[in-house]
Amino acid sequence: MSQPTSDERTLSYVMAFNEAVRQSMRADENVFCAGEDIGAFGGVFGTFGGLQKEFGSRRVVDTPISEQAIIGLGVGSSVTGLRPIVDLMFMDFMCVALDQIVNQTAKLKYMFGGKATLPLTITTAGGAGLSAAAQHSQSLEAILCHIPGLKVVYPSNPYDMKGLMVSCIRENNPTVMVKHKRLLGMSGPVPEDIYSVPLGVANILRPGTDVTVVSWGRMANESLAAAAVLADEGIDCEVIDPRTLQPFDTATVVASARKTNRIIVVHEAVRFGGLGAEIAAQVQEEAFDYLDAPVARIGAPFSPVPFSPALEKYYVPDAASIAVGIRDVLGRRAPGK
Amino acid sequence: MEPTPDVLRDLHRRMVRIRLFEEAAGKLAEAAKLPGFLHLYVGEEAVAAGVCVNLTNADSITSTHRGHGHLVAKGGQFRPMMAELMGKATGYCNGKGGSMHISSLELGMLGANGIVGAGSPIAVGAAFTHKYRDDGNVAVAFFGDGATNIGAFHEAANMACALKLPIVFACENNEYGEFTRRDATMAITDIVDRAQGYGMPGVIVDGMDAVAVCEAAAEAIAYARAGHGPTLVEAKTYRFYNHHGVQNLGLKYRPDSEVEVWKQRDPIFTLEAKLADVGVLTTEQCEAVWVELRADIADAIAFAEDSPLPNKDQILEDVYTPMAVAQ
Ligand SMILES: Cc1ncc(C[n+]2csc(CCOP(=O)(O)OP(=O)(O)O)c2C)c(N)n1
Ligand SMILES: [Mg+2]
Repeated sequence: MSQPTSDERTLSYVMAFNEAVRQSMRADENVFCAGEDIGAFGGVFGTFGGLQKEFGSRRVVDTPISEQAIIGLGVGSSVTGLRPIVDLMFMDFMCVALDQIVNQTAKLKYMFGGKATLPLTITTAGGAGLSAAAQHSQSLEAILCHIPGLKVVYPSNPYDMKGLMVSCIRENNPTVMVKHKRLLGMSGPVPEDIYSVPLGVANILRPGTDVTVVSWGRMANESLAAAAVLADEGIDCEVIDPRTLQPFDTATVVASARKTNRIIVVHEAVRFGGLGAEIAAQVQEEAFDYLDAPVARIGAPFSPVPFSPALEKYYVPDAASIAVGIRDVLGRRAPGK
Repeated sequence: MEPTPDVLRDLHRRMVRIRLFEEAAGKLAEAAKLPGFLHLYVGEEAVAAGVCVNLTNADSITSTHRGHGHLVAKGGQFRPMMAELMGKATGYCNGKGGSMHISSLELGMLGANGIVGAGSPIAVGAAFTHKYRDDGNVAVAFFGDGATNIGAFHEAANMACALKLPIVFACENNEYGEFTRRDATMAITDIVDRAQGYGMPGVIVDGMDAVAVCEAAAEAIAYARAGHGPTLVEAKTYRFYNHHGVQNLGLKYRPDSEVEVWKQRDPIFTLEAKLADVGVLTTEQCEAVWVELRADIADAIAFAEDSPLPNKDQILEDVYTPMAVAQ
């Protein structure tokens, strides 16, 4: 990741999103946004703040509470030449619109023999840790990555947020941009000019030699925090953020696994059937002979997200539980234990 | 049919219970003592109370994200409600659901809901059970004006009419969905206009007038119990507080003057004036109800605060129902 230099401007994760949309709308008249509360109110997370003021209600559209129709608006308008950004307030609400996402958005091009193009970006917010309970906290990225035809990004910092969002908007295929609710206020260096971060290219957040940690979204930051703790114990972690989850940058992850010989995947989604399973399978297919330990996975327990903070704090992985998992992969104990 | 004095007193009590619970929850939230989202029902009490006063525990209701009022009106107890809002093990959902999923199947309250519109199809299912068993009970689906923009509502309304189920669709039209005005998201003014398209009667009622809601609901519920099928009741109402929490979020999405006009029509004070007028409850007697129920709230807060948190091991409990072990 680019390190901040003193003269670099910093921006929050949410404003990096906002700036990507704003600059893309200035650059391309075909780009418009639609979603619940995004117009006059600027979105419940402030993601679309000020955009209707600049671009008017023709290009920044307040929709009814109608998730199916919101995605359908994106499908129909993209296939007829526009470049829509359609917002689902919470990732959980994609379930209300799954037909439009899974059976329409993802498949139209293929079913039409390649003749359709859907330059459509679906934006949404995922993640737990706010006591928002079982229907406002899920990490459902694995479902999306399972559907051929969709591309999925999940940035872990403001720099990637802006660059990936620009790529999503420019992309000629349907993309889903997942923001993590608890990263919205995260601040970091973000160049003022428009730039893109390519889809499908992982980022080595921290180079290391002893163990590879693969994680994205908020968990990438928790993994970095765990790596910092472990560095004091003499454990050198390589932390990789795939940034794009579909298509997945297997090559970077496999190369790292071959180098460190140990690998752990950390995600916030439930462990069973999570992307960790797919990544573990790919690594064992391509780096089996290099591995000194089974591919490890950290994820949430197999239950809905509990409301009570007393339960949720154990439900969501954090730096401490990730550090435990990494030590396990290395067969090490915590200091003093 | 004019409610009896007993029903009027009952109505009043239910509304005061809702108001006190919500005011207390709002204060606790502002003191950062409640985790998560909190959607308060203050201002809309006449709707939940006016409908539920006509129901028994054997009747079913489904609720919304703004669900405390429905549960209180259906007989919800303050202690397990407050405990649930605090995420305690003694809460109605053992701390697993919180404000947005609060429920009590014993009371026929099939859950607040985090997904807008999701309650109506579930109410259709409950109504189906009532018809299937011919038990004489009904289901009521509560939902907002905004929820009528979602497919689930339309499918539920159509199915309920097609199957002629004993159900009442009770719409709380408070003119906003979150921070967006209703008229920005639909081209009609009255939600009842939708009823005709499904073949059910629709009635508009003043949602700030508990007696009016009670009468309209009584009629719709009797119609359902008699096997005539669904009715859509639209109550014109208003929430006094923000979409969630108490204060507006800084950004103005509705004018203070509008809020003030509606607050002048406070449904509880309106009812109290009426009760005094017709000699059912004097001002002093009304005040005594508040005093008595305030003590209950204080008790519930103390109970909730003293209650244990759920245990870490409970995360994996309640995901599935265990099968009875074969004998
Ligand atoms: C499917 C879905 N979409 C969006 C939301 C976010 N949301 C929560 S409450 C709400 C507004 C609901 O408006 P209305 O039905 O009128 O109920 P009110 O809040 O006014 O009582 C929205 C959009 C949600 N919870 N579920
Ligand atoms: Mg509303």
